[in-house]
Amino acid sequence: MSDQPAFAVTTGMRRRAAGQAAAAQPERRLGGVQVRRTAGRVVEIILLTAVALLVVSPIYWTIVTSLRTPAQSFSNPPAWIPTHPLWSNYSAVFSNVPFWDFLLNSFLITGCIVIGQMITCCLSGYAFARLRFRGREPIFWAVLATMMVPIQATIIPVFLLVKEFGLFNSRTGLILPVVATAFGTFLMRQYFLQMPKELGEAATVDGANQWQVFYRIYARLAGPPLATLGVLAFAAYWNEFFRPLIFLSTPTKFTLPLGLVTLQGYLGTGSVSVVLAGVVLSLIPTLIVFLFAQRRLVEGLTFGSVKG
Amino acid sequence: MALALPRRHARTAGAKTGTDLHRRRETRFAWLLILPTILGVGLFTAVPIVGSFVLSLFNYSIISPTKWVGLANYSALLHDSNAQHAFVVTIILTVGIAIAQVVVGLALAVAVQRRTGWARSLYRAAFFVPLLVSGASVSIVMSYIFDSQFGVLNYYLGLIGLPQVSWLDSTWGAIFTVMIVVTWQQLGFTFIVFSAALGAVPRELTEAARVDGAGGWRVFRKITLPMISPSILFTVTVGVINQLQLFDQPYVLTHGGPGNATQTVVLDIYEQAFQNLRFGYASAISVILFIVVLVATFLQFRISRRWVFYS
Repeated sequence: MSDQPAFAVTTGMRRRAAGQAAAAQPERRLGGVQVRRTAGRVVEIILLTAVALLVVSPIYWTIVTSLRTPAQSFSNPPAWIPTHPLWSNYSAVFSNVPFWDFLLNSFLITGCIVIGQMITCCLSGYAFARLRFRGREPIFWAVLATMMVPIQATIIPVFLLVKEFGLFNSRTGLILPVVATAFGTFLMRQYFLQMPKELGEAATVDGANQWQVFYRIYARLAGPPLATLGVLAFAAYWNEFFRPLIFLSTPTKFTLPLGLVTLQGYLGTGSVSVVLAGVVLSLIPTLIVFLFAQRRLVEGLTFGSVKG
Repeated sequence: MALALPRRHARTAGAKTGTDLHRRRETRFAWLLILPTILGVGLFTAVPIVGSFVLSLFNYSIISPTKWVGLANYSALLHDSNAQHAFVVTIILTVGIAIAQVVVGLALAVAVQRRTGWARSLYRAAFFVPLLVSGASVSIVMSYIFDSQFGVLNYYLGLIGLPQVSWLDSTWGAIFTVMIVVTWQQLGFTFIVFSAALGAVPRELTEAARVDGAGGWRVFRKITLPMISPSILFTVTVGVINQLQLFDQPYVLTHGGPGNATQTVVLDIYEQAFQNLRFGYASAISVILFIVVLVATFLQFRISRRWVFYS
């Protein structure tokens, strides 16, 4: 490369300036500063690790305490290392409450919401990004404006509507109101806007109709944003508590969070370990999703922060 | 672009009716695609927000006849010290949590940013994991940990010689507990957002400042902080909107207590509507909550013009 001589010059200069180098890089000579800096780094790492352990400790405590005998479960100090893990707490969860029902309901409800949102938002996001029709902008902004409405501000009319449709105390009543969302539409639209227009135009020239342009070309490319939307919706609705509390009344229709609170109320403080076993069980699916879709989840959570 | 334009013009000139047909088809197709979203969002968000306002003008309960009361529900709110208390508590919790989340999340993001390799991934996972636990589960777990008599927390506080705190049995204890628990749980959100923002700060900028002799703290204050200020605005806005609607933690952890110490607005709405069946009155509270959310968001964006830096 042409800058080889220049490199030689700089090395030559460096060698010549070797005497002044110590002055230019004070850390190298002044050992005190170096030591202080290393010490600072060690302190920082120790602090950071302490905070990290502190943050994780309630979760770890939950796991180890779920393995103690119900009688011991509320005695201190906690058994940080389970020497005699008692797995029967986990089967006790199933015998005390209809836990299989909770699990199944959570999977059904969350699954339907996730799939539903992926479909509706993919369709509308594409239309708002790629199709031209009268009123597109005002309609889009009207949809977007509903993002500002907190769910609690609408919960009473939504509850009355759901009751009117005969969907009170049904899984459908929980699914239907959130199958389409403004956030999902916005997210999908942003991604479709980034896709090259030429793809669709080329397909149209080749004789593809509108549905084929959408379904065969753009929808096929929308995998990553759809995964992001799906993971976000999963995290939100798997953990949802407020709406299930209001919309469901029969325990066999409860979702996990509601079921766990029921379990806690049912067992009282008598057997903490059994309640915690239920908490651990409800956490497993989310942890699995997190392991496989960490990047998508992070992407979804930071979406919107870029533009400020 | 320069090439595409003339061709499109040629097509429009050539087959005017064809284009009209095409446009009509595109419109019909577009409407087909947005129909589910329009129906869903319209029926379950747009109509209900109007519905909340309309309901707030009635005495409405499922068991007694509906009666028009005008603004009586709102004037009743002026004399309802319980509801006013709920707004005060909610605002205290919101402000406390928002500050804690930003400060702690940012400090941790900065510290983790300096680590590399597997250590960084491990720290990230540690700070992120609480976000995956449901508010209900977290509250169940924390109700045991923060228990004043038998809780692990007070046990260790006693062990290192600190006084026992009546976390859940005193007014401020309960408020702080809810703050700590929510901050702990949602730390992952601010942490992740700040991590992404810090990663996007150009290294040339910070390095140039360092070469010019600026110390670490000054580089952070003068360069890093302005560069990531949009993400601070983002986390504060999202956090405030979320916390104004706080429900799960106070409901499960403190039941709004002791007394009504942690009775948030949404807890109040829930009790008025679904326990006392005063749907009209509860709607009035939810309308006020909606207005508070809007005003808070608007104010943040107004004030942000002074401190948020857009490159």
